[in-house]
Amino acid sequence: MTEPVITVEHGAVAYDERPVLRDISLTVAPGEVVAVLGANGSGKSTLIRAILGLVPLNAGTVSLFGTPQRRFRQWRRIGYVPQRLGAGSAVPATVAEVVAAGRLARRGVLRPAGAADRRAVAEALRAVGLSDRAGDPVTTLSGGQQQRTLIARALAGQPELLVLDEPTAGVDSASQDAFAEALRGFVADGGTVLLVAHELGPLATVITRAVVVHEGKIAHDGPVPEPAGHHAAPGHEHVHPHAPDDPVGIWGAPA
Amino acid sequence: MSLFQYDFMIRALVGALVIGLTAPALGIYLVQRRMSLIGDGVGHVALTGVGVGLLFNTSPVLMAVLVSAVAAVAIELIRERGRTSGDVALALMFYGGIAGGVMLVGLSGSRSNANLMAYLFGSLTTTSPQDLTVIVVLAVVVLTTMLVLRPALFAISHDEEYARVSGLPVRALNLLLAVTTAVTVTISMRAVGLLLVSALMVVPVATAQLFSRGFVATMVTAMGIGLVASGSGVWLAGTANTALGATIVILAIAIFLLAAVGTAVRRALGRRRAVPSGRPTPVVEPCDVVLEPAPAPSGPPVDLDRPDHATAHR
Repeated sequence: MTEPVITVEHGAVAYDERPVLRDISLTVAPGEVVAVLGANGSGKSTLIRAILGLVPLNAGTVSLFGTPQRRFRQWRRIGYVPQRLGAGSAVPATVAEVVAAGRLARRGVLRPAGAADRRAVAEALRAVGLSDRAGDPVTTLSGGQQQRTLIARALAGQPELLVLDEPTAGVDSASQDAFAEALRGFVADGGTVLLVAHELGPLATVITRAVVVHEGKIAHDGPVPEPAGHHAAPGHEHVHPHAPDDPVGIWGAPA
Repeated sequence: MSLFQYDFMIRALVGALVIGLTAPALGIYLVQRRMSLIGDGVGHVALTGVGVGLLFNTSPVLMAVLVSAVAAVAIELIRERGRTSGDVALALMFYGGIAGGVMLVGLSGSRSNANLMAYLFGSLTTTSPQDLTVIVVLAVVVLTTMLVLRPALFAISHDEEYARVSGLPVRALNLLLAVTTAVTVTISMRAVGLLLVSALMVVPVATAQLFSRGFVATMVTAMGIGLVASGSGVWLAGTANTALGATIVILAIAIFLLAAVGTAVRRALGRRRAVPSGRPTPVVEPCDVVLEPAPAPSGPPVDLDRPDHATAHR
């Protein structure tokens, strides 16, 4: 079956008359790992939110697994990882409780959790390396660990397609590695991935295709593009100097 | 225990316990979505229902259930649309509700303010056996709904967008929660009064989350605290001859304060104990920054804060 997982045709989105996406056409085939790249405000997050139906389209169509999104009901096939865990709430919730919410798409609203659900939750926690934190309140975790919790929640539903919104933004390197590992496992099992990223970091080796969104249009669709400017420097990790105005000569010029 | 030789005290106790158990089970979802005050607002509107019931000589409780359910649905639809104008819309609804209630009760010509006071502040001791049956049946329905739908309600309250992408019927669940809130407020009205219902929905949850770690643990603890507060509230109100609803709420808040002080003390003690015993050193994650090797070959470390640091390599 080579039916595309995601098809967007001439998609356009506007917030209050302000166009964010102008004319986007995109197809993601099964087994692909597609990164949506672009500057802040380029509309890359809006693109995946429109694909998931969280933002309405002004024009164009979106199909998921060959079904027009409006009529799509097999949400268990999709695992969504939001940018961060909402504003959170005052009521504590354990990591395992949050991850267990990932089973609802598969289980339905009324059926209580069974052994298969608990197994899937434990498996997902293992995949992101958080098994030992299952009983801890999510709020006691670091930002990177919270992000891994959200990925585990998506993995617990055993989806065919993972959609991730900036999964590595502001995440410590140990979490980035754990995340890349989990993603590699997911892809090896035949999964498809669409992710939004600002920078790829350890994910670069997993990505099979990159789509660059610029001013609401797709500016590039193909292999991961070479970073431009000083971002291209080997070993550049997007760390900006403490004081960019420092004259270069301080260190270079021998006194 | 001579207090409970009277039937009305037994009824008061049963009613209070049932509400003490049910209100927090619902309130936890309201607290979770930061709508702790919604019960209070729905209570304001329910008063209009009471007024309508008194005016037309129908059951005030039934009318209150209907009117507040409609209001709760309206509130939910306003919340769903966004927040900027919603805040003012809610204020209009709440003040309109309580003002309408006071006017209608006055128009109904029921002899005094006593009737209004009973609905505002509770009158569990005058509850008839029929009233009690209604309270128990509705409470069982609400409690069952909250427990059976816990995973789904947890999901929509915790992360609504994710719940949407999971294909959950988010709007239906939100409306269900809204209507259930209205029903709980109006059945609790007989016990603790409209103005104090919100407290019984929120305070036990606020207490439980001080020391519990997970959602289910918070829920169970809050229901336990609700039971204890309402049970001991009935006893205390009967003994000290104080208003029942107010006594229950004051006890619930006293438990909250005790728990708050208790957890603060325990945390302070725990911190002091932890220092000398020496916890296992936490694993330090590798520094995420590429520490660029400074080309400066030798010489003493440079203090960048010194204004003359450029001259440090000599």
